[in-house]
Amino acid sequence: MSSIHQELVNIVGEDYASNRREELFTYSKDLGTSQPLWPEYVVAPKTTDELQAVVRLANETKTPIVPLGGGMTLAGLALPQQGGVIIDLKRMDKILEVNEQGRYMVVEAGISHGKITSYLKKNHPNLMHSEPGAPPAATVGGNLAIHGQGDLAHPYGFNTDMVNGLEVVLPTGDIARFGSCAVGSGWYTMHPLPDIGLFLGWNGATGIITKVSLKLYPCKKFRENNMFVVENEEFVPDVLFEISHLGMAEDLIATSSEIPPMMNRLHYISIINTGDSEEELEFKRHMTFDVQLAKYIRNGVGGIVSLYDERSRPQVSKSADWKKGGGFEYVGAIVPVSFYPECYRRGSEISGRHFIPYTVLGRVIGSCHSMMFSWSYAFNRADDATVKHARDALHETDELVMELNGTIWKPAIFGQKLMLERMDPGALRLMKEVKKILDPNGIMNPGNWEVD
Amino acid sequence: MNLMEYKYKDMIHRCFRCGYCKFPTDWSDITNCPPYARFRLESYSTGGRLWLIRAWLNGELEWSPNLANIVYSCVGCKNCVEKCPHSFNDDVVNMIIAAKTAMVDEGKIPKAVGEFLTNVQLHGNPYGMAAKRREDWMEGLNLEPYKGQEFLFYVGCEGSYDTRAQGAARATAKLLQQAGVSFGVLGSQEISDGNEVEMMGEDALLEDLAKKNIKMFTELGVKKIITLSPHSYNVFKNRYPDFGGEFQIYHHSQILANLLKKGLIKAPEQADARITFHDPCFLGRWNEEYSAPRKVLAAIPGAAFAEMGRNKKGALCCGGGAGNFYTDFLGGSEDSPARIRAREADEAKANILAVACPNCLTMLEDAVKVEGLEDKIKVRDISEILTA
Amino acid sequence: MYELKFDPDLCMACDTQDCLVKCQHMDIDQEAARTEILKLAGGEDSFVLRDCVTCYACEEYCPNGNHPFYLIVKMQEELGMFPLPDPLVKSGVQVGIPFRGEPVIDEMEGTALNMGVFSPLLGRVAGSKLFEGLPIISHDSRKMFHYFCQLMYLHYGKTSVINERLDGIIQTLAAHGAKEIVHFHDECYGTYTSYAPAFGIEVPFKSIHLFEFLYNRLLELKDEIRPLGYKVVYQRPCSSRLSSDKHPFVAKIFDLISVEYMDREYKDENAMCCGATILGQKKEGSRVYCAEIQKKNIDDMKKAGGQICVFNCPACMQTLGMPVSKAGIMPLFMSDLCRLAIGEKVG
Ligand SMILES: Cc1cc2nc3c(=O)[nH]c(=O)nc-3n(C[C@H](O)[C@H](O)[C@H](O)COP(=O)(O)OP(=O)(O)OC[C@H]3O[C@@H](n4cnc5c(N)ncnc54)[C@H](O)[C@@H]3O)c2cc1C
Ligand code: SF4
Ligand code: SF4
Ligand code: SF4
Ligand code: SF4
Repeated sequence: MSSIHQELVNIVGEDYASNRREELFTYSKDLGTSQPLWPEYVVAPKTTDELQAVVRLANETKTPIVPLGGGMTLAGLALPQQGGVIIDLKRMDKILEVNEQGRYMVVEAGISHGKITSYLKKNHPNLMHSEPGAPPAATVGGNLAIHGQGDLAHPYGFNTDMVNGLEVVLPTGDIARFGSCAVGSGWYTMHPLPDIGLFLGWNGATGIITKVSLKLYPCKKFRENNMFVVENEEFVPDVLFEISHLGMAEDLIATSSEIPPMMNRLHYISIINTGDSEEELEFKRHMTFDVQLAKYIRNGVGGIVSLYDERSRPQVSKSADWKKGGGFEYVGAIVPVSFYPECYRRGSEISGRHFIPYTVLGRVIGSCHSMMFSWSYAFNRADDATVKHARDALHETDELVMELNGTIWKPAIFGQKLMLERMDPGALRLMKEVKKILDPNGIMNPGNWEVD
Repeated sequence: MNLMEYKYKDMIHRCFRCGYCKFPTDWSDITNCPPYARFRLESYSTGGRLWLIRAWLNGELEWSPNLANIVYSCVGCKNCVEKCPHSFNDDVVNMIIAAKTAMVDEGKIPKAVGEFLTNVQLHGNPYGMAAKRREDWMEGLNLEPYKGQEFLFYVGCEGSYDTRAQGAARATAKLLQQAGVSFGVLGSQEISDGNEVEMMGEDALLEDLAKKNIKMFTELGVKKIITLSPHSYNVFKNRYPDFGGEFQIYHHSQILANLLKKGLIKAPEQADARITFHDPCFLGRWNEEYSAPRKVLAAIPGAAFAEMGRNKKGALCCGGGAGNFYTDFLGGSEDSPARIRAREADEAKANILAVACPNCLTMLEDAVKVEGLEDKIKVRDISEILTA
Repeated sequence: MYELKFDPDLCMACDTQDCLVKCQHMDIDQEAARTEILKLAGGEDSFVLRDCVTCYACEEYCPNGNHPFYLIVKMQEELGMFPLPDPLVKSGVQVGIPFRGEPVIDEMEGTALNMGVFSPLLGRVAGSKLFEGLPIISHDSRKMFHYFCQLMYLHYGKTSVINERLDGIIQTLAAHGAKEIVHFHDECYGTYTSYAPAFGIEVPFKSIHLFEFLYNRLLELKDEIRPLGYKVVYQRPCSSRLSSDKHPFVAKIFDLISVEYMDREYKDENAMCCGATILGQKKEGSRVYCAEIQKKNIDDMKKAGGQICVFNCPACMQTLGMPVSKAGIMPLFMSDLCRLAIGEKVG
């Protein structure tokens, strides 16, 4: 038994530290097309104390550590590029506080989004948080570490814009807090000081998020998915702009895909409207369709597909199995909404070249300030050729995003390099400095956002 | 065994490892796959297990005792089947059972599993106890051996041998007597039903037991069977027909609900009782019977009833299925499923944790003790509550 | 290509012009009705093409067996005046494209049950005594579009799509070998007994309306019927206008299973459509109009005192099921009601 393993066992107990092949195998793979990368140890701490001890041990022994939440990025971001210890954070999943009037909740960062939604629904039905469209096992910490966006993206922006306070374990094992909680007050605001940009979106390369105060938002009693369709992709940005002008939709997503045929070469815009009463909903339907989008209907170029449908948790991962193959991966890009048509056209070409039915989606972030546009590529896990096609398509798409002057969201290592190549030198230098100061031994998820 | 011979070779790679199957119906936590709740490492989740099985069959990974433990830690609770959103969801648990079969075929199984299977094979019960002792539970009850009565009361191994589960067997038998039901028992003739051995992948032994039982039942002229255990209920109802055994099968909860409805038995008043119910997987998710035991409990005058957060389709298994009440891969921790369940009963402010399965009964009673809740919560089979 | 058999002479001689005069969605007198229908018959434009909400009703109103509705749809397409916006038409046309493999042709003889595109509702019929012994066509929802009767495209101004695809569908159905087919949905029944003959499309099997089948089956099971006693209203679907001769079976079934068939304004010939297709129509105000008629429809059910609203069409059920139950009335398929009547449980 290696001494690091023994130390880990001493910290978390025998059940939650492993260097057995089966555990290492499991953590060497993620759901996407990445090649396996093997860790040497896996550990699952329960408390911040345990986590600190693990990080200290790693820092002293200069062992790389990779924080892991749900492991759902698909992009291999929690695979150990340089071996070391995977820290599975999902046991750190307590709900510490809900402040109903102040509309925030404090949670441990390893908590799943599914658990939060369920808890609020049961205990605070008038409050909600922004749940990403990922499988519900995705964690709060992991999502913040990649600047995720969820079902409140249209009104309120990125999930990282919805943080009211943060606790982080630094690469040294020390703890730092940000926001009002840092001065010993409650967790009710992030501002005025200090700033937290050092941890959000960094793939855990600067520290491990342990506690988060999440902003909560009004949750209306009724929520319906109103679906609009256009054929001409050039209309999509304007349709989104028109709806966004109302400022009423809770979520705004445009999709198109080759399968099922009903979606092929058509663009479906899902408008989530909400209300506490039928009157409120009808008012929103009226403003959306009879006013804002009326011109499209009148001209016969846009149509209401359905109203009144209940919104349910998306089971996006089903698309992983279109080809009975159990896998898909996507490139997400943050782009202006006006890019939709080009992104769609070029994306469906890439898909075509790789014999993958195209699937694209754009989710509005903020009042059309930007959009997360994704190109999904399905593959058959049991067929290497299809995996390779998907991987190649992903790389081509990363390059496409750069060519279009977009930014890649949660890029895999390949995409991170593309981004860093184009990075403003001043920003690049600062990133390097920050990393050096915070993580002098380079143990934190090394390989990610690494400036040479 | 290699992948090509595996029954689900065209399916097993389709698991995306998306983890929907970690949740209960209400999404309240990621801990509804018992082994994952216990160990919280991805290898113990449904998806992790499926990927490991595939890697083993593929030759990517060698067999190891740890691999076998991971596979055998699946208790067959079917939560994954319930929650997996993909079209192959019905077969998720079958893929795991088939892997156990592959391990049995190669003789590469954990020691405790081997003991269990050998005991069943040699002694007709997992405890390795003498057939004679099967009658211990009947002492003083004046029961008739089965000889053409309307029902056969099939008690099963736990109810026959386990000193705690015997209480449920006795209570059920008394209620049937009170109600004047015409029934008989097999006594020392009874042998294991085979449900667990199937869940542990020992197909041949299941077939052997099923054929023996069917032969015995048929020779005795059995038409209708009441089972104490949902495990027996499941295998009799769903698997025996494959071997030519067609009987009318009732779980004791269904019979008791019916007797109460007809007024043939009366539930005693229990004014201070606050009851919660733990759904057994082989009655619930496997056979979709959620109402009969609840009807029984609803008939108790004065008692209050409270559901635990996770119930019915979303119930967390006690961790005793697929032989784990004996092999105990999930024991020894405050995160053992039975202990989580005991705390949930406490959160529901129950003072009686009702069960309808001898496995659940023993698992949960032990858990309540370890949790130090025994002064607050009594674990009782529904039949025991009716005879209180 | 198949041509609609429409006889303008019948219209000339017609003394009611009921087709348009009775239309619930247009206010038109007899004189104007004659002019407009003859315009259409002569291939000319008419405001009817714009104002028609495609409720199918005129097909029943015509006392002379002419096909005014098919004519309207045909002309909408010929003059490019589609009632729905283009992307909805495209999406609709693409919905019917099968994409999950070829159907498995299991041979059967005698009478079979055709689920059409409603294979997902199989659970409602499978295992019921009512359908005992009937082999089922289109039981696999992945393959169901191979059995799609296509008549939905009447709402889309697309007789061309129907005419293009129907032959293949008929062949697939016929390949199973059943001589008689009971259609679960009366839209299928209408396709093979009304639309196909009107366009001269040959159908090699005999079609049986679900209601007629249920009625006869219930007669066979008479001893098992237990009077239900509910007060029921019936939501008549648009496609039932193509088989008005079978509509009386609604009352006959209700009578047989002893439910009280409540009088309401929107009954029989005066039935009001569920509005599903109107929602997305191009014509200004369609969304609001759809909401209005849905509300009227449900208010009418309430006023009639219905405890149960019986549906035959899954699309109507999807559109109105929820608001109906919110109004305190239980939505139920006819087949489920019949199952209840013979003591079966419905989920
Ligand atoms: C079908 C599907 C749909 C998706 N849809 C969306 C969507 O709509 N919106 C969206 O935002 N995402 C989406 N995703 C992407 C991704 O699943 C989510 O962003 C998810 O929230 C990531 O969280 P995780 O816990 O799985 O992170 P992980 O994959 O575990 O980790 C992500 C990164 O953060 C690091 N990390 C993990 N935890 C911490 C921590 N506590 N502190 C610091 N660093 C940490 C990891 O090392 C890794 O680099 C989707 C994914 C799938 C498979
Ligand atoms: S079994 Fe189903 S739900 Fe579970 S990880 Fe696999 S694909 Fe996902
Ligand atoms: S059957 Fe139960 S224990 Fe086994 S993998 Fe599925 S959820 Fe886990
Ligand atoms: S279609 Fe029928 S009702 Fe209309 S005018 Fe012609 S014959 Fe008369
Ligand atoms: S289909 Fe309906 S709306 Fe159209 S003309 Fe005929 S009756 Fe009027």
